Amino acid sequence: MSAHPLIELRKVTKVYGAGEAAVHALAGIDLQIDDGEFVAVMGPSGSGKSTCMNILGCLDTPTAGHYLFRGADVGTLSRDQLSLLRRYYIGFVFQGFNLLKRTTARENLELPLVYRGVAPAERRERALAALAQVGLEGRENHSASELSGGQQQRVAIARALVTEPSVIFADEPTGNLDSARSHEIMKLLSDLNAQKNITIVLVTHEEDIAAFAKRQIRFLDGHIETDTAQVHA
Amino acid sequence: MIANAFLLALREIRNNVLRAGLTTLGIVIGVAAVIAMVTLGSGATKSVTSDIASMGRNLIIVSPGGNRRGPPTAATPFKDDDAQAIAREIPGLLAVAPQAEQSAVAVNANQNHNTRIIGTTNAFFTAREWPVIAGRVFTTAELRGGKSVCIIGQTVRKELFGSQDVVGAKIRINKVSCDVIGLLEPKGQTTFGQDQDDMVLMPLETVQRRLAGNNDVNVIMVSVANPRGVDRAKVMIEQLMRERRHLAAGVADDFSVDDMREITRMVESTTAIMTAFLSAVAAVSLLVGGIGIMNIMLVSVTERTREIGIRLAIGARARDVLLQFLIEAVVMSAFGGIVGVIIGLAGSAAASSALGFPFVFQPAIVIIAVAFSAAVGVGFGYFPARRAARLDPIEALRHE
Repeated sequence: MSAHPLIELRKVTKVYGAGEAAVHALAGIDLQIDDGEFVAVMGPSGSGKSTCMNILGCLDTPTAGHYLFRGADVGTLSRDQLSLLRRYYIGFVFQGFNLLKRTTARENLELPLVYRGVAPAERRERALAALAQVGLEGRENHSASELSGGQQQRVAIARALVTEPSVIFADEPTGNLDSARSHEIMKLLSDLNAQKNITIVLVTHEEDIAAFAKRQIRFLDGHIETDTAQVHA
Repeated sequence: MIANAFLLALREIRNNVLRAGLTTLGIVIGVAAVIAMVTLGSGATKSVTSDIASMGRNLIIVSPGGNRRGPPTAATPFKDDDAQAIAREIPGLLAVAPQAEQSAVAVNANQNHNTRIIGTTNAFFTAREWPVIAGRVFTTAELRGGKSVCIIGQTVRKELFGSQDVVGAKIRINKVSCDVIGLLEPKGQTTFGQDQDDMVLMPLETVQRRLAGNNDVNVIMVSVANPRGVDRAKVMIEQLMRERRHLAAGVADDFSVDDMREITRMVESTTAIMTAFLSAVAAVSLLVGGIGIMNIMLVSVTERTREIGIRLAIGARARDVLLQFLIEAVVMSAFGGIVGVIIGLAGSAAASSALGFPFVFQPAIVIIAVAFSAAVGVGFGYFPARRAARLDPIEALRHE
């Protein structure tokens, strides 16, 4: 593994609006996440946890501070380079699933592979394998809108893992699911972390969901309130 | 990269058949309407101008009676001498046909038909570019002697003989018994609705002496060998006629010299107005089709903004997304354009034959219609996508 940590935030701030109406969503965050970690990010609404996730996922850009991904300053990368960073290193699982609705499960899974330039036969094989991994064999020709919420979230997880990324960011992946489905999804993520050494960072409100992770970080008012990693440090 | 963008574009079209179908329909309607309008319009124009051409090219019509613009003057008729003088003194002419016209009843057994009798010479067939398709033209003896022979038009043949052979038959014109020696080629109606085939040709002398009872010539048809000689021939004929009719300088012509080009110009200016009107209709159809395309594209922007956010999040570059959107728009526009051209041409071919117009293929309008619709389709498919692809992915994903 690389000498650099996978993810490092240095004094990262994010300000929405300007002047007196400015909202400091992140007020100078320092954070380090290493390869193979399973981190749960918690906190009340408006504490900055989702903003932090979006910045970590390179979907949003910080107002100030530095974000180093394997030691490379993400702030210096162009939009296209950020796309490539997401393409090759990052997988996403969103609360709202964000699948292409009228597109079949298989084609949704193939999408990131198409952007990676994987050949058609291999693409298909890997998509079907990922679908099997999340327990959706035989559903490859169902369009996303024909699947239940839990199934859609599993397709979304399959889409995140099909590229075998370094890190998966999951923003309230169980937010729209009942507790039985939630535990299935968390079991899946734990297995991915344990078996494939994929780093997982997940945002959640719920203690029982956060308990699946090895490390818990709590946000409050744009600051990190507690971080179980620092207890050991 | 292009192959992948193609794959993704085609998948997106296939997975959103309704949206793609409506967009394509807008293009089909725009293109088909414009092509049908303009093709029919030019067919009508062509039908009018070819009628004029059917009267004979390079034809000069010399008729007694003052110019339309002048005060009415007494119409002293021409004589056969006038026609002979024109033929003798003016160079570059193909044929000079004097015509004496009478209205008369033609009778065969118990069939009778009121028609136009034209007394003329064999120059008629050349001047009017109107051949005999059965039988023969007049002999010199028949012309000189004012013999009772006739060549009939298709309508007279139909009225008097049905589908029987006519050459060698006898008909009566008023009280004159007459041998049918020939049958004219069918010519159809003039622009103004006159049936040109409804007439009987006889030697000039015969009509003058036996039907009219005078030696007047009502009109002289002059055919010029070279189209560029028409203007010069007109001036020379006018001078010659003024001399022969002893008109002092400053006195208005008491005859007129017209050529088909003047009538053609008149009709063409009418059809130009028609074409302009049709073009306006076409422009409106294009606009309506364009607005249809635009609406569908804009309505789907919200949904597609999220789609773009998803694509960016999972690793597409803005240019990957834009290439895909561009290909989608081009594929739909091309498909819609082709279908529109087929429907437009087939529709106007059917309508042309129903209305009796010639089918005039206008490549320019096909290109304009397809280009405009495609530009609208591509423009409204591509530019909203470009705006969305420039957002931060998270902005695009949050788009409701």
